[in-house]
Amino acid sequence: MAARTFTIDDQLISAREGETILQAAREHGISIPTLCHLDGVSDVGACRLCLVEIEGSRALRPACVTPVVEEMVVRTDTERLREYRRMIIELLFAERNHVCAVCVANGHCELQDLAIAVGMDHVRFDYAFPRCDVDISHPLFGIDHNRCVLCTRCVRVCDEVEGVHTWDVAGRGADARVITDMRQPWGEARSCTSCGKCVLACPTGAIFRRGATVGEMERDRNKIAYIVAAREQRW
Amino acid sequence: MDISELLTIAEHERTMRRPTCIRCCTALGCQSAGSLSLKQRLEEAVAEVDRTDIEVIGVGCMGMCGHGPLVRVDPDGVLYEHVHAADAPSIVAALDGGDATAPRGDPQHPFFTLQKRIVLENSGIIDPERIESYIAAGGYQALYCVLHDMTPAEVIDVVTRSGLRGRGGAGYPTGLKWATVAKSHGDRKYVVCNADEGDPGAFMDRSIIESDPHKILEGMAIAAYAVGADQGYVYVRAEYPLAIQRLQRAIAQARRLGLLGAQIFDAGFTFRIDIRVGAGAFVCGEETALMASIEGRRGQPRPRPPYPAESGLWGRPTLINNVETFANIPPIIRNGAEWFAAIGAEHSKGTKVFALTGKIRHTGLIEVPMGVTLRQIVEEMGGGVPEGRVKAVQTGGPSGGCIPAALLDTPVDYESLQRVGSIMGSGGMVVMDDATNMVDVAHFYMEFCKDESCGKCIPCRAGTAQMLHMLNLIRSGQATAADLARLEQLCIMVKETSLCGLGQSAPNPVLSTMKYFREEYEAFVRDEGLAG
Amino acid sequence: MAVTRSQPPVSEQASHPSGDNRFKLLEATMKKHQYRPDALIEVLHRAQELFGYLSNDLLLYIANSLHLPPSRVYGVATFYHFFSLAPKGEHSCVVCLGTACYVRGAAAILAAAEQTLGIRAGHTTPDGRLSLETARCLGACGIAPTVVFDGAITGHQTPEQVQVWLERLKEKD
Repeated sequence: MAARTFTIDDQLISAREGETILQAAREHGISIPTLCHLDGVSDVGACRLCLVEIEGSRALRPACVTPVVEEMVVRTDTERLREYRRMIIELLFAERNHVCAVCVANGHCELQDLAIAVGMDHVRFDYAFPRCDVDISHPLFGIDHNRCVLCTRCVRVCDEVEGVHTWDVAGRGADARVITDMRQPWGEARSCTSCGKCVLACPTGAIFRRGATVGEMERDRNKIAYIVAAREQRW
Repeated sequence: MDISELLTIAEHERTMRRPTCIRCCTALGCQSAGSLSLKQRLEEAVAEVDRTDIEVIGVGCMGMCGHGPLVRVDPDGVLYEHVHAADAPSIVAALDGGDATAPRGDPQHPFFTLQKRIVLENSGIIDPERIESYIAAGGYQALYCVLHDMTPAEVIDVVTRSGLRGRGGAGYPTGLKWATVAKSHGDRKYVVCNADEGDPGAFMDRSIIESDPHKILEGMAIAAYAVGADQGYVYVRAEYPLAIQRLQRAIAQARRLGLLGAQIFDAGFTFRIDIRVGAGAFVCGEETALMASIEGRRGQPRPRPPYPAESGLWGRPTLINNVETFANIPPIIRNGAEWFAAIGAEHSKGTKVFALTGKIRHTGLIEVPMGVTLRQIVEEMGGGVPEGRVKAVQTGGPSGGCIPAALLDTPVDYESLQRVGSIMGSGGMVVMDDATNMVDVAHFYMEFCKDESCGKCIPCRAGTAQMLHMLNLIRSGQATAADLARLEQLCIMVKETSLCGLGQSAPNPVLSTMKYFREEYEAFVRDEGLAG
Repeated sequence: MAVTRSQPPVSEQASHPSGDNRFKLLEATMKKHQYRPDALIEVLHRAQELFGYLSNDLLLYIANSLHLPPSRVYGVATFYHFFSLAPKGEHSCVVCLGTACYVRGAAAILAAAEQTLGIRAGHTTPDGRLSLETARCLGACGIAPTVVFDGAITGHQTPEQVQVWLERLKEKD
């Protein structure tokens, strides 16, 4: 496979043809923040946190879906990008009801980690305080829509890895919600195999194992990528 | 079907014509004002006086929709407006002298004389429900010419040299798009006509389809030949039932005559067209969302590249153009690239159809050469505002901006409109007068964008909600000057980080009104004590 | 492809209630599209046309027929505002809120309608008689402001005219 040479933040990097900027960056220890990306499932370019600047292009590009190009000059950490990332995180906090102190994922939450990484000391936008449901009808798992960031990682892992498509998104815009089957309580969703992959995939405390209490929702999110890699090697 | 059959149909249609023709508009605007019963009354009135030299035909949009129902009597070109069914006998009687009871319109008004009709050449003239009427006007001859005398590369060359740019809003060079699809490899290719005209205040595409549906089909077939596609889709909004009905009828007629389907003009070229009806989502005007919708999924956009030209419907190369773009194709083929390139402005060739609405005397549909000024359109053609004075002109719908009256001398072409903070958009042009508060206007558009955001990307989903909230604070007098600055920052962030055109342009109405009418925002600001 | 996936069993209610001709008509539409999953939106249009609205059972029936996951069908049905998951009133009044109508006073028309009916836009009167809705531009801007009464579009409307129409409807049996 042909090699591509380019720079990220002044560092010369070689990558395989077809690799994305995000993959190449991570292989070289350069961290680009992401939220909707999950190793092992397809990318949707929706969270916009991995946007990078590319010299010669006016538009910002999502690193997760932009393939590397020979001699491309990428910047991942400019003042503008830092400000935009912080605003995006703030918008997420203002959009639903994220209360870390009482969350099962406290200390193990990607949203929380991102907020710290972008230096969010407070939220400059008014909170919307929407009324969101908590569904604990499933015997093993629960979903708290207050903490959902609509990254759709659960939807993709259920569809692409488990192959069931119990999850999808209903409604649109600010009213969009992830749903199981016909938007019925999760416990009544007959397609669900209770495999728990969505629990592994969720970046926040939105989808959780029942019985976990504050700060107990640790999970190995790399497991999804292992499952996918193992499946590919079998062939 | 071969060319002699086509010419025979045209000839037969022409010999069937009567010396006097009463044209009655049957497009949506006039229909809702009662033009169907009017047309029937006109037919009865003609029958009553037993005149075989007069015919009554239903035609598409004549333009001045605000004055409908419209009737024109040819060959004299006498125009009647606000015609009621009761006026019908007097209109027929007026042919033998005497006065009609309906008010006379002025065909010499700048509204008509300043137009240059290419896209609308048949609108208001032919009967959109009969393919013979289109064929008699020279229809499908461009398709024949392309299939028999030109290679696909030659067709693309003509379109490229014409300088035609996409009429859906962004103004991407049409020839270049066609060339990319032609070059892309795929076991099948598709041609899609974007008729999901969602901009509030715009009805160009609806009028074109209702007035001259075959022109779109012919343009699509020519495009399909040029890029190597065999299947086409017209994606129409469900809000346009009459347009859908006329398209369906047109497709069936063309199929019956062998102008769509297999072996068109015996040239070994196959092309089928199906209609896909939208279901009420503005974002589906964005091409990747539109494709998702055609595939039966939620109309959510995806990042580009890959562009539809390379990987579109079901992963295959797909050409997507707007209604008006396709409508330009047959005339360009008929008259040549040079003819088209000689019309319009330097980088914006040809004409543009605008829907002129809002606080203006003559609302309706106009087609003008690119490069005319907003002032000519608003003041001369539109006759200015009925009361007070023009305050601003909004172009480009929720993705565009408000241009203040001081800049009315701006020419309408892609670059000039962008320079003043708006866009050409698909052609909606809403005139606002003194009584309009620009913060309210910004709020109106933001509410629209928030409702229409698909919810996939965070800046658009949460950003539009937050911007709307801030506009609400401003309007209720609870905002400070710092809030205004924050709103502006948020606008810029959403513009630069959103996934698709909807989010990227949603802040435009706010940014342009903040730029030109900042004092109206400041008047609401708490600290200055002018809270309304 | 979704087709090969295991599907949840169809619920009892979703099966063909015998004697309801509408299911036969819906079946014909699906057959015309060869039960292809990409015909979902066309099928939903037809279903709404036949049944008036899309009930959960109907959606489940369609999901099963097209071999689609129920959540996907539900997701699509709720994405598009044209689809209604609840029954509509016998009559309808749709106020256009497009820009041209807005600039010419659509907000006052809507307010008058809401006041006359005592319901908010997007709702149906408690007696199920009338649904009040709004539209995002009907493209009839030349005759703005426009209101659609029972499918018939009328132009140059005033709040008073709309009130008269609604009052008349309330009285009529």
